[in-house]
Amino acid sequence: MTRLYLPRDAAALALGAERVAEAVQRESGARGLPVELVRTGSRGMVWLEPLLEVDTPEGRIGYGPVTAADVSSLFEAGFLSGGEHALRVGQPEALPWLAAQTRLTFRRCGLIDPLDIDAYRAGGGFAGLERAIAMGPVGIVDQVKLSGLRGRGGAGFPTGIKWNTVRLAPAGQRYVVCNADEGDSGTFADRMLMEGDPLTLIEGMTIAALAVGATRGFIYCRSEYPHAIRTLRAAIERATRAGWLGADLRGSGHEFTIEVRVGAGAYICGEETSLLESLEGRRGTVRAKPPLPALRGLFGQPTVVNNVISFASVPFILAEGGEAYAAFGAGRSLGTLTVQLGGNVKRGGLLEVPFGTSLRHVVEELGGGTATGRPIRAVQVGGPLGAYFPVSLLDTPLDYEAFAALKGLLGHGGIVVFDDSVDLAAQARFAFEFCANESCGKCTPCRIGSVRGVEVIDRIVAGERAEKNLDLLGELCSLMTDASLCAMGGLTPVPVMSALTHFPEDFDQNSRRLPAAAE
Amino acid sequence: MPRPGITDIGTPKLGTPKADPTRWTGFEAAAAIIGELRGLQGALLPMLHALQDEFGYVPVEAEPMLADALNLSRAEVHGVISFYHEFRREPAGRHVLRLCRAEACQAAGGRAVADALLGRLQLDWGQRSGDGLLTVEPVYCLGLCACAPAAMLDGEPLGRITSHSLEQSLTECGT
Repeated sequence: MTRLYLPRDAAALALGAERVAEAVQRESGARGLPVELVRTGSRGMVWLEPLLEVDTPEGRIGYGPVTAADVSSLFEAGFLSGGEHALRVGQPEALPWLAAQTRLTFRRCGLIDPLDIDAYRAGGGFAGLERAIAMGPVGIVDQVKLSGLRGRGGAGFPTGIKWNTVRLAPAGQRYVVCNADEGDSGTFADRMLMEGDPLTLIEGMTIAALAVGATRGFIYCRSEYPHAIRTLRAAIERATRAGWLGADLRGSGHEFTIEVRVGAGAYICGEETSLLESLEGRRGTVRAKPPLPALRGLFGQPTVVNNVISFASVPFILAEGGEAYAAFGAGRSLGTLTVQLGGNVKRGGLLEVPFGTSLRHVVEELGGGTATGRPIRAVQVGGPLGAYFPVSLLDTPLDYEAFAALKGLLGHGGIVVFDDSVDLAAQARFAFEFCANESCGKCTPCRIGSVRGVEVIDRIVAGERAEKNLDLLGELCSLMTDASLCAMGGLTPVPVMSALTHFPEDFDQNSRRLPAAAE
Repeated sequence: MPRPGITDIGTPKLGTPKADPTRWTGFEAAAAIIGELRGLQGALLPMLHALQDEFGYVPVEAEPMLADALNLSRAEVHGVISFYHEFRREPAGRHVLRLCRAEACQAAGGRAVADALLGRLQLDWGQRSGDGLLTVEPVYCLGLCACAPAAMLDGEPLGRITSHSLEQSLTECGT
């Protein structure tokens, strides 16, 4: 029997993977050619999805993007033995997109059935947890510190230091909370990992629990990800049944359980203190810091709060050692960055690359420019609170410090490409609108500043005392930056000011390009 | 060109309907849901989700029941429900289409697709169609940014949507 692989990742489903699966089963039945169809996560080449792979003696051979209508001709072409076909892409690993990557965190994603514990182990899974059990809390924290891992949610705080704080905090109960409220537009790494290799997240959280002495964990996943939620719950159940979670995990005497909780469409709940409020059953209102969640977090107890990718990076670090991870990247940005390329881009998807790779390499060479074929005019990096960069800044290396120096941020690694039909004044206005809509309302700069921001931009664009209003916009932005309680209000000025700095012509009534370019 | 109002991007918050205990038949089902989830830490959000799954919205009649079960004031319960965009206060259409309006989908022409659909249906965001078949809700990112513009129809993801493909999907599901 020939083994086939087809993703069940939400992006693959969005492009028709389920219909392809049905067609494959139908054709194989009709032709008397039995196949075993393994449903995997995605390799991240969304531009090739649905990507159907077949096991051959020369390794896996891929065909994509496949539609249900192509399936019959694939059988005709003998794809079960790797036959020639217009959609044949050869060995996926040899494609420039995958060959350019360093897959540590996503090394299994897209290769295995995400709920198959044996396949997970065979792919190196749980090796990190086994070492962690043997190592003990101090040893784990040391390895994580050594790896240089910084929080992948956007803030970039050193993970090892956070864990050590929780470990040393006196408490009756400690918690491990995974922030899976991936609200930033242009980001989907968390979703892909939760759907494609959820056991990696479970393993990483369990290692964190061992490090800090926590017995309970929560994954706060946004409701916009129903597939991820289902996969996570199923993975937790299987891991528990196999003894990797529960009262006495793998006979180590340690207890750890994980529960998935679902958000309800509030962007602000990606902010860690707001997330904790939401988990406790309240409005997602931001808490003032200090106290840090590491000392007083969920239900007032010391809590590790990390992003999905932060936790998912840990199993590799424990299995291979902190130094092996730190060998990638440069400066203070060590290890790998998961870049997510989306928007108006020819080849979009997820890439895991060492820090320091240039934005241009990702957007132009791997991404292939815009989907519309028009020139790139701007890229927004780091989600709705990230900066809009012009083409002239595409040589910026992807690392925390380089982006900070240009008044931008890497955030969660999302890159959204815009062609020359984009109106940056409209995008700046949207940044304020979004903030006005999603502000938790606790602090005035964010709650009111965002509303005033929309009004000021409207006046500028209308040519109403433009000079004075531009000054006012600058003042408003510095006030929001300095006086907001959290990153929502504090970083909304980033997209606004970057649009104004790099694309001033869009704000000037006299030079405003008509939306003609949009046709 | 007139610019949209500031609240344009949000789900319109419809006024909370008045409770009418004489006509509501959901007490038993709501009580069962609340009773079942009562033991959870931080149980309110799981309860609200379960109620919305059951009824298609969070009935105002359930507010005092939730308050009672969790030892909260009714105002606190109401405050939580109104904070989260996702909790509906009125039933949705039989089918729910969630259209992404965030930056990546904007970059890929999502606005035009949304405008065309809402224009044809003469619907506003969050509004149920006259025949009760469809509600179109805004969503800010479905994590499908590499196949933008994206949407979700009754929980099923749709990528690289066009006006044409969207109409086709809607026809297939019977709206």
